[in-house]
Amino acid sequence: MSATDLSTRPSSLDAAPGRGDRDRGRSPRPSSPRRPGPARWIGRVLGWSVIGVFLLFFVIPIVWLLLAPTKTARQLLLDGPFTFGAFDTLASNWGELMAFQDGIVWVWLGNATLYTGVALIITLVVSIPAGYALAMVEFRFRRALLVTTLIVMLIPNTALVLPIFLELSSLKLVGTPLSVILPFSFFPFGVYLTYIYFSTAVSRDLLNAARIDGAGEFRVFAQVAMPLATPVIALVGFFSLVGNWNNYFLPFVMVPGRKSPIQVGLAELLSNVPLFNPTTAGSVTISLPVLALATLLSVAPVLIIFLFSQRFLVSGLTAGGTKE
Amino acid sequence: MGVDNFVKVFADYRFWPAVQHVALFVVIWLISLTILVVLLALLVHAIRVRWLSSASRFLFYIPGALAGASSVMLWLFLLDPAVSPVSGILNAFGLETFVQTVSLDNLPVIFTLIAFWAGAGGWIIIMYGALNNIPVEVMEAARIDGAGPVKTAWHIQIPLMRKWISYMAVMSLAAGTQLFVEPRVLSQASKGVVPPDYSLNQLAYLFAFRQNDFNGSAAISLLLLVVAAGLSALFVFRGGLFERD
Repeated sequence: MSATDLSTRPSSLDAAPGRGDRDRGRSPRPSSPRRPGPARWIGRVLGWSVIGVFLLFFVIPIVWLLLAPTKTARQLLLDGPFTFGAFDTLASNWGELMAFQDGIVWVWLGNATLYTGVALIITLVVSIPAGYALAMVEFRFRRALLVTTLIVMLIPNTALVLPIFLELSSLKLVGTPLSVILPFSFFPFGVYLTYIYFSTAVSRDLLNAARIDGAGEFRVFAQVAMPLATPVIALVGFFSLVGNWNNYFLPFVMVPGRKSPIQVGLAELLSNVPLFNPTTAGSVTISLPVLALATLLSVAPVLIIFLFSQRFLVSGLTAGGTKE
Repeated sequence: MGVDNFVKVFADYRFWPAVQHVALFVVIWLISLTILVVLLALLVHAIRVRWLSSASRFLFYIPGALAGASSVMLWLFLLDPAVSPVSGILNAFGLETFVQTVSLDNLPVIFTLIAFWAGAGGWIIIMYGALNNIPVEVMEAARIDGAGPVKTAWHIQIPLMRKWISYMAVMSLAAGTQLFVEPRVLSQASKGVVPPDYSLNQLAYLFAFRQNDFNGSAAISLLLLVVAAGLSALFVFRGGLFERD
């Protein structure tokens, strides 16, 4: 509906003198002083209110999530949603979460770290040279490989979960860390990003110069190309880490129980919340603030990475990557 | 014999409802995503004050950190009128309890909200990048010709973003058909008010892990995979976004 509100604007702007073709081709002159008419002001107010509403939409849940673990279950129900509870309550909620099944939360976090960490290393070791080769080296089937990479890259990874499960179960790998790590390491988007980076930002002449100087192929890659590739390595690492950390479906299928990463564990916690699952009577229960704390904990690493990567995240770098 | 599995899946009483659920969600999601992302990207791009522009982009993007089960978990709270910070809004729609909120009719909108909340920021930034790539001279020429911001957006910016918009649509369409974690967690939390076989991937999961029917599961997965792979192949060959070689 906001879109239609905005579309009412041009009618009033049509009244502005149409200069037509006369000005075309002239060198752009300094902009004439613009007198913002009432229509433009309305437009501005509308624009800012749309931005404002959506900022609230995106931010309010996060603010609420940051505050919820500082309250008791009772306060969560009765107090205002954006009030701060107490640090003592936060501490006791923390204690409750850590006590749950003898601190299984740490096991889940550890699993997630193991899976995403090893997958990150394999991803970088595989996709950076692969992207480099696709961009810099002529070989048979290069184009076919590139097209395949693109197609597979665009397939959402949930579509591959059950096929991969069947594949790994015939290899008897299901239930082992490898059953998560190997699919996590499969990251065609990383190959593509590296390919784009090398084919736009690094000139073949530079590499040829090194070759003429007597450097072998391996040295060219390791000592000339790699140091230039730092930005793209960071980018590939970022996307791999964030995507894998938040992946739910694949580990849910592959490694249930104690081997789950935190995302699957979080859903496990949910079944111990009496409000959402009344059949848990008798067992150790989880209160809502503790569940909120667990949610916060499960995303904390990614949130921290986000905060540190803020500069490049907002720059639209990924769009530039595929720019013609 | 391979055909039998497909026949069996098609004949399953849960299959077509799941197709409908997913289709309805995808339609609502695609329309709202496209309109709102393009609108927000244009508005954010029009902000002159640099820090304001980058701050709002960052705030739009932050929920992206809470993808997967975490975001659904957070939305469980937001959708439960008892604890929700926006219970006023829920009440205004006549929703007094969590079970009412997650009733079957509301689900496509709820999944749209969750998916939009966690995913739109990334697309807004990509669209912003695309807007930045429009040459200054083009924008300048439009302005000198007397085009206001709305006309410029409609006649110049949006047509030049078309490739990216179709990229977003194809990607979101493919991802939307894969709906799994949202209905799965909501189903768990609502004691089955959200059915455990709401989406196609859930059904494929049930086939494999509840009925031990891996062939039926593979049939559904294959259908989903063919749709996804077909869409992405179409886009790679016809979309023009990856022309470089």
